[in-house]
Amino acid sequence: MVKVIYTADDGSRTEVEAKAGDSLMQTAIVNGVDGIVGECGGSAMCATCHVYVDPAWLDRLPPRSEVEEEMLESTASERRDNSRLSCQIVAAPDLDGIVVVMPPDQI
Amino acid sequence: MTSSAAASAEIPPPDPAIPAWDIDPYDEAVLRDPVPYYDELRARGPLTWLTRYGMFAAGRHPEVQEIFSDWERFVSSRGVGISDFKLEKPWRPPSIVLEVDPPAHTRTRAVITRALSPRAVSRLKEGFAAEADALIDRLLAKGEFDAVADLAEAYPLKVFPDAVGISPDGREMLLTYGAMVFNALGPDNALRRAAMAQAPEVTAWIAGRCRRDAITKDGFAASIYGAADSGDLSEEECGLLVRSLLSAGVDTTVNGLGAAIWCLANNPDQLAALRADPKLARPCFEEVLRMTSPVHSFCRTANQDTEVSGIAIPEGSKILCVLAAANLDPEHWPNADRFDIARRPVGHVAFGTGIHGCVGQSVARQEAEAVLSAIARKVDSIELTGPAEWRPNNAVRGLASLPVRFAAA
Repeated sequence: MVKVIYTADDGSRTEVEAKAGDSLMQTAIVNGVDGIVGECGGSAMCATCHVYVDPAWLDRLPPRSEVEEEMLESTASERRDNSRLSCQIVAAPDLDGIVVVMPPDQI
Repeated sequence: MTSSAAASAEIPPPDPAIPAWDIDPYDEAVLRDPVPYYDELRARGPLTWLTRYGMFAAGRHPEVQEIFSDWERFVSSRGVGISDFKLEKPWRPPSIVLEVDPPAHTRTRAVITRALSPRAVSRLKEGFAAEADALIDRLLAKGEFDAVADLAEAYPLKVFPDAVGISPDGREMLLTYGAMVFNALGPDNALRRAAMAQAPEVTAWIAGRCRRDAITKDGFAASIYGAADSGDLSEEECGLLVRSLLSAGVDTTVNGLGAAIWCLANNPDQLAALRADPKLARPCFEEVLRMTSPVHSFCRTANQDTEVSGIAIPEGSKILCVLAAANLDPEHWPNADRFDIARRPVGHVAFGTGIHGCVGQSVARQEAEAVLSAIARKVDSIELTGPAEWRPNNAVRGLASLPVRFAAA
């Protein structure tokens, strides 16, 4: 299991155990974490699972694909340097303890 | 195998241990009332061999998800219907985004993704909402009407071609074209033959509508043609991408909206829940999609010897992925047969999934949100005034007519 910490816009933290191989979007949905919608189910087609990744973890993530880059142009809350789609981040042992901040709006 | 070889001779499975079934999933009676077939398909196993067509069928969520997510093993370039383009000539020049694999797919998909991005679609929100409000007001004034012709068809036929930027005349032809494209994915049955008989006239009409000189300057089509100016695609390729929008963007949304009215009419408590909180319009539509899957099945073709859930799949096998069955899989969805708009059915495969996941899904959601939130605010009750009639199609599921009466809130 991989520990994932979701921080809401108001600062509240939810800590959950992700199954290795699951995306951070799926993990949020399965655990009922509010703040991530994931309408398209993980095809990088809706930009409603937008997160800001804690900078300490950014280097461990694979680079954004062209499609993810495109979708991040469509986020409801502002795009920042550490913006990612959580459906494109797959839980793995080297991400144990990763912290992501959820933006105020997803739609 | 070839699709025309089907029906008479039984084709045995590649391995006798694979459960074989002689059902015809394209039988019109099955297409009209498919849920018992979905249930039995899942019950028979992770993969079932369809002896009439010599292909696999997958009806459980995990296998459908796996096959759709892996474009390297399960390709689209050999056709997403029953016919293998490697063995049979396609009926039209193949789609350059749906019926293609990376790297060719990546170029075209990037262009169409940008044209239909959530940001591009959000600019249409107000216009879509105003159109939906006006339509629901007219239907309330009318009282009794056909929810398919007067609502589910009328709304997308107005807003979608406007958004694409095609001329207003003869738009009913889009319905004929959509039904044709989806029936073409099936075997050589009566539905497919009837569709093909119309093909010369309809395809010529569509091609004319997709030309650069026929489109407006401010729609999705114009953004797609921007890729010709930048040199990313040829003008001919842009025309084919506009054709893809018109193939896939009308019938599917019509069926989704019709199904939404059908679900709400049959579940007054859920209509009440929607009325109590109109913000549920979007999740409501997701649940409609999960329950009714406007695209019921698409194929993939194994491009190598492989296996799924321990079952060996020889290279060249077609696999019918029954999206609608996966969306009703009780192992994946608790109380799968219950329509519950508070469910968050993330992971339903009504839009497919993976690199070929529906590129127009933001548009569909925006249309549905507009209509369902207008209903939430304006409609007190939906009464069925006659039997719902389904229109059988080899790849999509939708209503032919749904007589209803709306009472004003």
